[in-house]
Amino acid sequence: MSESSPITNQAAASTKRLPGDLAIWFFIMAEMVAFAVFFSAYAFTRAGHVEMFNLYQQTLDRNLGALNTVLLITGSWFIVLAVQAAHRDDQKAISRNILLGFLCGGGFLAVKIIEYSAKFGAGISMSTNTFYMFYISLTFFHFMHVILGMVILAVLWFQSRKGVYGSHDANGLESGAAYWHMVDLLWIVLFPLVYVMR
Amino acid sequence: MQFKSQAVAKPYFIAAIGLFVGQILFGLILGLQYVLGDFLFPAIPFNVARMVHTNLLIVWLLFGFMGGAYFMIPEESETELFSPKLALAMFWIFLVAGALTIVGYLTVPYATLAAMTGNNLIETMGREFLEQPLPTKLGIVVVALAFLFNLTMTMLKGKKTAIAMVLMIGLWGLAVFFLFSFYNPVNVVLDKFFWWWTVHLWVEGVWELILGSFLAFVLIKTTGVDREVIEKWLYVIVTLTLISGIIGTGHHYFWIGTPEYWQWWGSIFSALEPIPFFGMTVFAFNMVNRRRREHPNKAAVLWALGTGVMSFLGAGVWGFLHTLAPVNYYTHGTQITAAHGHMAFYGAYAMVNLMMISYAMPILRGRAANSNKSQVLEMWSFWLMTIAMVFITLFLTAAGILQVWLQRVSDTPLPFMVAQEKIQLFYWMREWAGVAFLIGLIVYITSFFVGGEEEKAK
Repeated sequence: MSESSPITNQAAASTKRLPGDLAIWFFIMAEMVAFAVFFSAYAFTRAGHVEMFNLYQQTLDRNLGALNTVLLITGSWFIVLAVQAAHRDDQKAISRNILLGFLCGGGFLAVKIIEYSAKFGAGISMSTNTFYMFYISLTFFHFMHVILGMVILAVLWFQSRKGVYGSHDANGLESGAAYWHMVDLLWIVLFPLVYVMR
Repeated sequence: MQFKSQAVAKPYFIAAIGLFVGQILFGLILGLQYVLGDFLFPAIPFNVARMVHTNLLIVWLLFGFMGGAYFMIPEESETELFSPKLALAMFWIFLVAGALTIVGYLTVPYATLAAMTGNNLIETMGREFLEQPLPTKLGIVVVALAFLFNLTMTMLKGKKTAIAMVLMIGLWGLAVFFLFSFYNPVNVVLDKFFWWWTVHLWVEGVWELILGSFLAFVLIKTTGVDREVIEKWLYVIVTLTLISGIIGTGHHYFWIGTPEYWQWWGSIFSALEPIPFFGMTVFAFNMVNRRRREHPNKAAVLWALGTGVMSFLGAGVWGFLHTLAPVNYYTHGTQITAAHGHMAFYGAYAMVNLMMISYAMPILRGRAANSNKSQVLEMWSFWLMTIAMVFITLFLTAAGILQVWLQRVSDTPLPFMVAQEKIQLFYWMREWAGVAFLIGLIVYITSFFVGGEEEKAK
């Protein structure tokens, strides 16, 4: 099921291959389906209550949302650097970049907690109205995925410190990286959908 | 048999089959009471027959799980069971407690049974599937803890394989979630809310881990496919199960007084619940197609493929049928639920136990596989029971659709009992399919007593 043949940067560029393990891709597909169903439910419900959705959308903090977008994209960039470092066997750069990616995730959580405390402090809950039900459900579901992604990054960091990853075997690192990119990708859909699009 | 102590599984399997027979007999009585309301009344009223039918199901499945685990864990851990004596003692305690409970249901009015068994100390009785008197519930906890202690100690002194770990997580989860049967808040919404933590998180959560792990074990043994490949599939299935199944509990929270967001959470997550079951179907067929050896036990492979398909149909497809809130608004608590319940329990849990028994029993009796004659009979029973269950499900689905229409959708809705009379034809057809199922079960039991030339033990 897995392919972990030793490859170089050049080989990676010239031959098509699935980075990471096939199993993680099944998992990512399932996660994306879950979010896709949630996004569609949001879209269809919004179509029936456009004015209400537009009204409450304005209460969301778009600046914090944009900051979080930057944090996650930067985090994904560090993980790309970590994978590239693995393929050229630069052990120090692997763990340094994973750590930086992890910190970006931590930054995302901190910003999100600030945002949530403002909303929950104002007495908003999932039962307030349908818009807030979706806002809280979607962002919290994503929040939990950021936490899971960070747990995976933490495992990758510990493994990388032991020198597990390199040009001989980057399967585990690539699998974790793919998952982290998914967390990023989902936010890139979620942020415009819930915070921006009118 | 690789380890002598695996032999403790045998009485568990025999008891499981015995209780299975009881479950089916009471199912037939119950099915007849749907059309002949006073059949066996007042000796066995409808509510008692129903309780015995469902409780016997749960208990035989638990016996099967325990037997399967006692067989599998020593082999996976590559060491003898920590204490075979404890396992046998627990067998007798569980069997006697189970038998006494059923005798209690059948001989004493339920309210009297509750008064006799200290229900006033902690009120736990009177709730569907968790009707057991307090001493029985406590007995289940003791047996489960001793069982888990025994297996955990075995694993600690031996090898720790991934599929054994998944099994143990499933079994520990089973014990932990059973504890919610002791929590019975006065508020009826909260009561139902936490009741599902036992019922749903068993069958659509931790039991699926047990199912996946048993399936993986038998597939490794019969196909010779690399353990690494099988473990990877198992990981994917387990993760999908937990992602969809845990929040999927929400599909039971429609219209019972919980906040409205459960309609969204329940619909979305439970709509994903068929995916892990589909994963299991693909898994079973894929591994059998990639097999590196022809195992002499063809019947066990048939059960493995069967459980892959039937669990997907029963739990996945028939579950999805009425899981979305707008659909469930009409179908809640109708015969559609009964249709789903029958095929899901048979396809997922009855069949996986029968698969484990089919694989393990010949080995426990000193041979790699049964004689060809015996296996042919067993495969006949497979088809008889499975096709009978398909028909039971189809007839109940038809009854359910008609019931929903007559009672809830039409412009002139009929009262419940009037609608019930209109769908009797389907109840009769279901009863005859039930008789066919019983014939299949008799053939199954006969297959254990058929000789012929036996395959030599490995």
